[in-house]
Amino acid sequence: MTIIQFILVGAAMFSMGLYGVITRRNAVLVLASVELMLAAVNINLVSFDIYVQDQLHSGQILALFVIALAAAEVGIGIAIILMIYRNRQSANVDELNLMKG
Amino acid sequence: METVTLSEWFREAANWAFMLIAFPTLLGAWRTVTSNNIVRAVLYLVVSLGGTAALFLMLGAAFVGWTVVLVYIGAVVILFLIGIMITRSPLGVEAELSHGREVTAPAALLGVVLFGVIGWSMVDAFGMGMIPLFDPTLTSDISNVLFDRFVIAFEVVSFVLLAALIGGIALARKDEPQANP
Repeated sequence: MTIIQFILVGAAMFSMGLYGVITRRNAVLVLASVELMLAAVNINLVSFDIYVQDQLHSGQILALFVIALAAAEVGIGIAIILMIYRNRQSANVDELNLMKG
Repeated sequence: METVTLSEWFREAANWAFMLIAFPTLLGAWRTVTSNNIVRAVLYLVVSLGGTAALFLMLGAAFVGWTVVLVYIGAVVILFLIGIMITRSPLGVEAELSHGREVTAPAALLGVVLFGVIGWSMVDAFGMGMIPLFDPTLTSDISNVLFDRFVIAFEVVSFVLLAALIGGIALARKDEPQANP
């Protein structure tokens, strides 16, 4: 196996996640696209960790931290979306224009 | 680092297994960001994250792989589905889940350019450098490093999770009507 195949999968997943963040209207799906981007970052961290044969396994540890923070982010994100839905009866990001000048 | 030619790459059985995993992963990712059915989009996210976990197992990072299965597929996706149910998002086929073409076309261009830049620079930098095949990382090694060198970061992440837990409860609970004094 080569390092580049994992990097390319990670890059493709990250690009698709970016596409999703920009194009999705539903806030839950925007969060799902962010999860895709974080998963792509994890692929890069772990594959480079294996590539350099790090004795401390820093890449894998950082991937574990990213997973934990992603879980926290989704929990807070869903709670915020729930509040927005309660106040505006909508979960679409383009209808949240209260602060638009 | 030793390198490998493209024909040698195709002769290796592990690379065919890699492609068998990578294609569903990327397909799931693509359908997650394009599907017109919100529940299906989240379920395709399961396919994509499961493929990610399989890639980790293939790299020998078993602990991270199974953590992805437990945390992402077991908890995060369920949270997404509950969020969809609570916000009563349109459950059927719905064209309004994405923006129109005036947004998707520049976004697609941006994604392709980003992939091109990352891909070209990485191919230029690493070429066909090999990684060791099936050299599993011991979970005991991971835990030794996690609770030794990275223990402060570990504790900080624990506090972040606690704060997120309390913040989530505080945000999502219904405000009780103020009791009259």
